[in-house]
Amino acid sequence: MNVLTKDEDRALREKFLADNMLFLGPDPEIMRNHSLAPRTAAEDDILGRGVDKHQTHHIRGLINAALSEAFTMVNQMGAAPGAKWGDLVTGIYTNSGDLAMIAPHGIIAFAACCFYPIKFIIKYWVNDASVGVRDGDGFIHNDARYGGVHNTDQSMMMPLFWKGELICWLSSTIHEGENGACEPGGMPAAAESKYDEGIKMSPFKVVENFQLKRDLVTFLQNSVRDPKLQLEDMKVKLHAVMRLRERILAILEQYGRDALIGTLRSHLEDVEVEMRRRIAELPDGTTRVLQFMDSSLRESAMQKVACAITVKGERMTLDFRGSAPQFLNRCVNTNVASFKAALCTGLLQNIWPDLPHTMAVLSPIEILTDRNSIMDAEGEMPQSMSLMPMFKACVVWTIPMNKLNYSVPHRYSAVIASQYDQAATFVYGGLTQHGDVTGNFCSDINGMGQGARSHADGEHSVSPVFGFMADSGEHEINEEDTPIIRLGAQRLAKDRIGWGKYRAGMGYEQIATVRGTGLWGFMTGCEGSKFPSAQGLFGGYSCPSYQLMKIKGINIFAELEKNPKVVEVFDIVELMNKQPIQGAQYSSNDMGMTFEICNEGEIYMICQGSGGGYGDVLERDPKLVMKDLAEDLMSHENARDIYKVVYDATTLVVDEAATKALRDRTRRERIKRGKPFDAFCKKWVTKEPPAHIPYYGSWNDRTTIYATSYGRRVAMPADAIQGAFMLNPKDLRIAELEAEISRLKKPPRPAKTTKTPAAKAGVKKKSR
Amino acid sequence: MNVLITEYLRINLDSEQWECRRCGHAHGSARENYKRGLLVYDRDPREIHKPLLDPAKYERTYSPDPTWCRILEYYCASCGTMVEAEYLPPGHPPLHDIELDIDALKAQWKDRKEVVEPTIGPDLALEKALHRRALHKEHGHAH
Repeated sequence: MNVLTKDEDRALREKFLADNMLFLGPDPEIMRNHSLAPRTAAEDDILGRGVDKHQTHHIRGLINAALSEAFTMVNQMGAAPGAKWGDLVTGIYTNSGDLAMIAPHGIIAFAACCFYPIKFIIKYWVNDASVGVRDGDGFIHNDARYGGVHNTDQSMMMPLFWKGELICWLSSTIHEGENGACEPGGMPAAAESKYDEGIKMSPFKVVENFQLKRDLVTFLQNSVRDPKLQLEDMKVKLHAVMRLRERILAILEQYGRDALIGTLRSHLEDVEVEMRRRIAELPDGTTRVLQFMDSSLRESAMQKVACAITVKGERMTLDFRGSAPQFLNRCVNTNVASFKAALCTGLLQNIWPDLPHTMAVLSPIEILTDRNSIMDAEGEMPQSMSLMPMFKACVVWTIPMNKLNYSVPHRYSAVIASQYDQAATFVYGGLTQHGDVTGNFCSDINGMGQGARSHADGEHSVSPVFGFMADSGEHEINEEDTPIIRLGAQRLAKDRIGWGKYRAGMGYEQIATVRGTGLWGFMTGCEGSKFPSAQGLFGGYSCPSYQLMKIKGINIFAELEKNPKVVEVFDIVELMNKQPIQGAQYSSNDMGMTFEICNEGEIYMICQGSGGGYGDVLERDPKLVMKDLAEDLMSHENARDIYKVVYDATTLVVDEAATKALRDRTRRERIKRGKPFDAFCKKWVTKEPPAHIPYYGSWNDRTTIYATSYGRRVAMPADAIQGAFMLNPKDLRIAELEAEISRLKKPPRPAKTTKTPAAKAGVKKKSR
Repeated sequence: MNVLITEYLRINLDSEQWECRRCGHAHGSARENYKRGLLVYDRDPREIHKPLLDPAKYERTYSPDPTWCRILEYYCASCGTMVEAEYLPPGHPPLHDIELDIDALKAQWKDRKEVVEPTIGPDLALEKALHRRALHKEHGHAH
């Protein structure tokens, strides 16, 4: 009898376990590693022999052009609103699955996520006889747990073979929107478990011989509210990737295998080297920032995002430990792979936009998180509104990196305060005026205000926080497809500004209603209604808080027919303060709203937001203050109270001497009222979070995490986070009302026998 | 030699002091939290982000909730310049936001020339956004 050695025995057991794995879920070995794969033998051989830098640069240009062409195809032909306005990408990956390059106008995070599912396919499907990876195959995926921003985004991933060898991978991703979740539009704020999130595609083969497999396409169409969109965009992505394949094959024909493989790998390695060089230019030390998210989208909940950036030589660490714990039954969690993709986006959007758009920028950075925290949530946690922590990741660099970067003699990009970071757009769903079922979101998500710069004001509604190239869209096109009517659009939100020496770019008002539909509703997924979201820099103020306004119980079209002048101007502040429509219910609400029916002519109003301001308001040039007044961006009250400018309100001529005197006096007042820091802290700092705030995260010690779970405040060690369970807000409200009813129903106390003064005096009660 | 750290702070490498870039006032040791040399004021956020909706009609008015959010304003004790505006929940410990290795900083600047006024970097993100808009316009969209 053959006796197995210890090693043989272990190998046999490991093979048995690998062959009999019951479920190929997200693989931590893939999902927790954001660094470049080691060189393959081929890469090592090619780079070892040395690459021709000029040729590499030329091939890089050809790949860029090919990616750009494929991007334009998707952009022009895609059916999803996300595709029309730039929420898409095309990318190319090494044969190990590392993201090498993306289309110059594409969304970085989409591609930065895609290498996870490609690595999954390489690890599990290449050698699986029942699946396999062959020329002409295409794979689809949407579940962020296998890599992805969120489950609204669908990717088409294709291996590229040349002369029988798998050379690289290609992809195309679109924010499709609808995915059959418990609320229409693909980003359900109401999701309480991952099973409320709609279809969850692990990476699987949906294309063979360059043809979509119709049985699988039908299954997917049957799983979502917009089957036409599902089919159309699968075709669009497939054909864009096929066109990209043709262009890359042409490069292979002309320059050969080694040139392409060498270009992709050296591109990644060069970026990594440049990142290390830039990190080494920074001063050694630690800078920190705190961000606070004030809503779970179902209730107010103060969640802390703590970030410390530490530099030592050419090493950088991002430490998020001490942040909020995951929610067991709220969907504002994200997994760490998606969170890192958002960090990658933020670095390339806000700090060093001149670097090539590849995941290699993050490769040399160590990222620390608490397991089971809101940015490192376990796979069972709902994460359909992972945008909330991910948008924070996009801007989290801004404040601490500027504090590290400011001293560096050479600037690679401007010093900019935080951009507005909320998904301030209407997510919608229902029956269109054409009788189709649909669900998606409006492209206003792309109109976030820029942070103020160290040399100039921020730009209004410049782009989304996750991609500088996406557009805020055209409502006329949306109105053709959906029953949404814009009563007010792209009107800058006056006075809602991140103040500073340079003010932030502002957001705009969105006033929407519906017409000609039997069933329609809206959802919004934002926080920042209690605690402002976009942070100022170097003494600049944050943006204000924003709310969702509603005018319900009326039909604005009927009102306008009765009296065309019932509303002078569709301006949120005026409408809410003047309340011109009789009989309407006006309300101001938190910005997070689960799906709600909007009847014909009811009005929903939100704003895209302002970024953060830069510098001391007292240093703002009075001429710029007058310019803001002239452009009606701001009221006189703020010009006087915030900026302390003395001027003639009619002519807007500044009294410079009086302004200087007022500002000098204001500075003296500051000195008078300010307290020395240590003395201030003695009175200010509390041992624990205030009892009235449902607080999530560390307070003064990052190893202790606070949460309110099952309605009670708990504290737990950061290395053993349990996650918070939230009570149903409706149950809480019902309990509150029942208690009130019970109080009202209590029999009145029996009257005391002692006579009242009136009775004593013999006064009789009047009969009614 | 001075090293510029923010719009309003520099580190004097010779004296190892944080200094105000507006008036030259020394805030304290560069090896300590610069905030210790500043004055702090707990600002009601409604004074900065004023209610735009009538508070008599609505609870939410575009102002932050002062029971959830406070603004800690940090002033130079000498000239009154506002160095930082820190938004915190009431009672939260202020952040030690800049903690540099002074010895490493000295070594790093040994061969660097002093920077008196910071350079302005290109706003590449904006350039890219404007480029994209121009492309979009070329494709026949009006805005």
